[in-house]
Amino acid sequence: MNEPILSVRGLSKSFGGVHAVQNVSLDVWPREKVALIGPNGAGKTTFYNMLSGRLRPSDGSVSFEGQDITGLPPHRISRLGISRSFQITNIFSELSVRQNVEVALTALHGKGLQMFRIASRDRALREEAEQILAQLGLAELADLRAGVLSYGDKRLLEIAIVLATRPRLVLLDEPTAGMTPEETRQVTRLIRELAASNTYTFLITEHDMSVVFDLADRIVVMHRGQLLAEGSPEEIRNNKAVREAYLGEEEEP
Amino acid sequence: MRNAIIALILLALFAALFWLPSYAPYFYIFVATEILLMGLFAASFNLIFGYTGMLSFGHAAFFGIGGYTAALLLLHFQLPLFWVLLLSMLAGMLLAAVIGFFCVRLDEVYFAMLTLAFGMMTYAVVHQWRSLTNGSDGVAGFALREFGLGLDLQLADPAVYYQMVLVIVVLASLALYLITRSPFGLLLRAISENAERVAFCGINVRRYRLLSFIIAGTFAGLAGGLFAPFNRVANPDMVHWTESAQPVLMTILGGAGYFLGPYFGAAVFVLLETWITTYTEQWMLFLGVILAIMVIFFRRGILGTILDWLLRRQ
Amino acid sequence: MESFLAALLNGLEIGLLLFVIAVGLNIIFGVLGVINFAHGGLYMLGAYLTYTLVSRGGLPFWPALLLAPLAVAILAIVLERLVLRHVYGRHVTDSLLLTFALLLIIDDAVRMIWGSGIQVVTPPPGLRGATSALGFSYPVYSFFVMGVAIAVMAALWLFFTRTRAGRVIRAAAIDRDMAQTIGINVPLVITGVFALGAWMAALAGVVAAPMRAINPGMGDRIIIDSFIVVVIGGLGSFPGTLAGALVLGMIYAFGGRFLPELNLVLPYIGMALVLLLRPQGLMGRRTG
Repeated sequence: MNEPILSVRGLSKSFGGVHAVQNVSLDVWPREKVALIGPNGAGKTTFYNMLSGRLRPSDGSVSFEGQDITGLPPHRISRLGISRSFQITNIFSELSVRQNVEVALTALHGKGLQMFRIASRDRALREEAEQILAQLGLAELADLRAGVLSYGDKRLLEIAIVLATRPRLVLLDEPTAGMTPEETRQVTRLIRELAASNTYTFLITEHDMSVVFDLADRIVVMHRGQLLAEGSPEEIRNNKAVREAYLGEEEEP
Repeated sequence: MRNAIIALILLALFAALFWLPSYAPYFYIFVATEILLMGLFAASFNLIFGYTGMLSFGHAAFFGIGGYTAALLLLHFQLPLFWVLLLSMLAGMLLAAVIGFFCVRLDEVYFAMLTLAFGMMTYAVVHQWRSLTNGSDGVAGFALREFGLGLDLQLADPAVYYQMVLVIVVLASLALYLITRSPFGLLLRAISENAERVAFCGINVRRYRLLSFIIAGTFAGLAGGLFAPFNRVANPDMVHWTESAQPVLMTILGGAGYFLGPYFGAAVFVLLETWITTYTEQWMLFLGVILAIMVIFFRRGILGTILDWLLRRQ
Repeated sequence: MESFLAALLNGLEIGLLLFVIAVGLNIIFGVLGVINFAHGGLYMLGAYLTYTLVSRGGLPFWPALLLAPLAVAILAIVLERLVLRHVYGRHVTDSLLLTFALLLIIDDAVRMIWGSGIQVVTPPPGLRGATSALGFSYPVYSFFVMGVAIAVMAALWLFFTRTRAGRVIRAAAIDRDMAQTIGINVPLVITGVFALGAWMAALAGVVAAPMRAINPGMGDRIIIDSFIVVVIGGLGSFPGTLAGALVLGMIYAFGGRFLPELNLVLPYIGMALVLLLRPQGLMGRRTG
């Protein structure tokens, strides 16, 4: 734990004068599970979009493993080892479940420019995809069209795509949103298992506080585009400003 | 098993088509040649449209430049056709690289409009550069000599030309098919559905779009290079935006979601045109009605609808 | 100097007429999200109906100016209700293809009814011949065209800024779902907007009839011009459409006079430059 894997300094984003994210600084250490919480409109998704290259920051810097990645396009950031999931399910509905994972693997292994061999005959690719699907309990669904999956399975497939890019830092944007309690437990267990493998660092936004307090090593609270508090789950639970921010603006469901 | 049956059907179809001149009326040799060439043209378009998700309204630029390249080379240098066709493909490829470089920066409507603009720019150049292209009359009066590669083909005989076209179109289509099934093709399909997700997987989407555009331009150049000798002329009509609309219509007619859709659409299109124009001049009216019905009710095209129906019965 | 002034006037005339056509296209795109290929066909129908009413029916020009656009607007209502409605909410490609199909149908229907040749309408008495009011000879009718276009522009501006109906349409253009939830009858607005756009296209057709050769290809040409105007000016922008129309008018007028070899290609170069340097158009809002 000598160097942070992700280091954010003074990150800001404004849209026509509105400050969505303002002067946020944050360090994430290797193999940590950090939860990013905050009421709706706190700027969490904008923050994620800047980390993953979807939005260019108005100000500030982001570095990953010591390398400045501020303002790089998404594909460059992804190749460096940061992968993200989306709040709204973002998969390839027309492709098969296995192909969804194979898209990411093709990119990972630099096989995207192979034009004169048949993709489905690439045994190495296929086995690797099936291995990832098995990890998420989707192995039996591999040949189905992704569009026909249940909502929970689609969310799992999304995580499978994220893992297939072999990231070192995983950004999960509300991974359990809209899931049944059973599915939520499954995802929580999965994240814990993945974390136990000691290869991933997690930054997770989440609305379900039981998941947050269950998983996180450390919690970061955003409010109105700024960092409000940061600390262990215990510290955050007892933080007065945090409770006000939540109770004052939004009832927890 | 299923694949073997499909392969067998296609092989039988190839044999039936190859010996078409021995049993079909002479007239149908021309119809069949046109179907094959338009089919290849439309299939190359569908690599951008159906597989990569970009509607181009300027695809005739590549078809046209292939045609002009062939006509000019045959007229001035009397090269063997094989080399003419290679250079037609090269011309399509280079033009697509230039036009694509600009166009793939834009999405959706803007992409369609920019391809239209570049297509019409090409048209204007072809139309106005009279010293080279002979203006609206086009380049004609060239003769077909040998094929090259030591093959002794009587290309002036429409039946022989047709068989040569068939073989070349089949080979080109196999190459295109392989591309759609390759890892590259998988990424194109993923891009067509959700370009952003692909970018977050580490893929430079713009570069893949450009490559797809260039490959499509190359095959359109080949189709044009074969079309000009068949039509005995390369004229500005080959480059006009209404020509760009043809592969769009054929692909919608056949079904953009299937590799064979554009070929099927081309066949239906050319046959319908041939039959309807013997009864009435209002072919475009029928075409418009058919297109409207396809877009509203049968978005998966004729081939797609038939296949869906067959699968459901199973 | 004279030829410069004449070109300027000519560009203004072409541009203003283009504005009347393209602004309808642009409003329809704003509210319906449809790129209407058939718009050029509606313009052509306006011109042909004028030919029938005036040159064949022996009617004076003025009633035609009222009747032809009205007839086309009614046709547009039928098309919108029966055909276009099916593809709302689908990918923009579908509406592009469907309206293209409509253009093919209109083109061939025109050929069937009126033949492939060129038809002519003479300007109404009082607007014939040329005037030398500006020191050089210029057709009187051209001033009438500019007058009509400016009147349409002023009326549109008043409609969109001063009337409730105009504000409702603008609300629907900004956010259709939001308009629905605040109680606006969106389907009715859509039909109305489509009819209004068609009415303007046909009006331009009537006005153009006495000065342009009426032929079955005129719709194809004008729709491409309108696309160029809208792209240059910016999709969804009213002032942008005017700017785009004037730019294209000037390109045609000056290009035709001073650079005849490049005349065909200049509009496309202009359009491509705008798309590459400023894809939202000269005055469009940047989205996404």
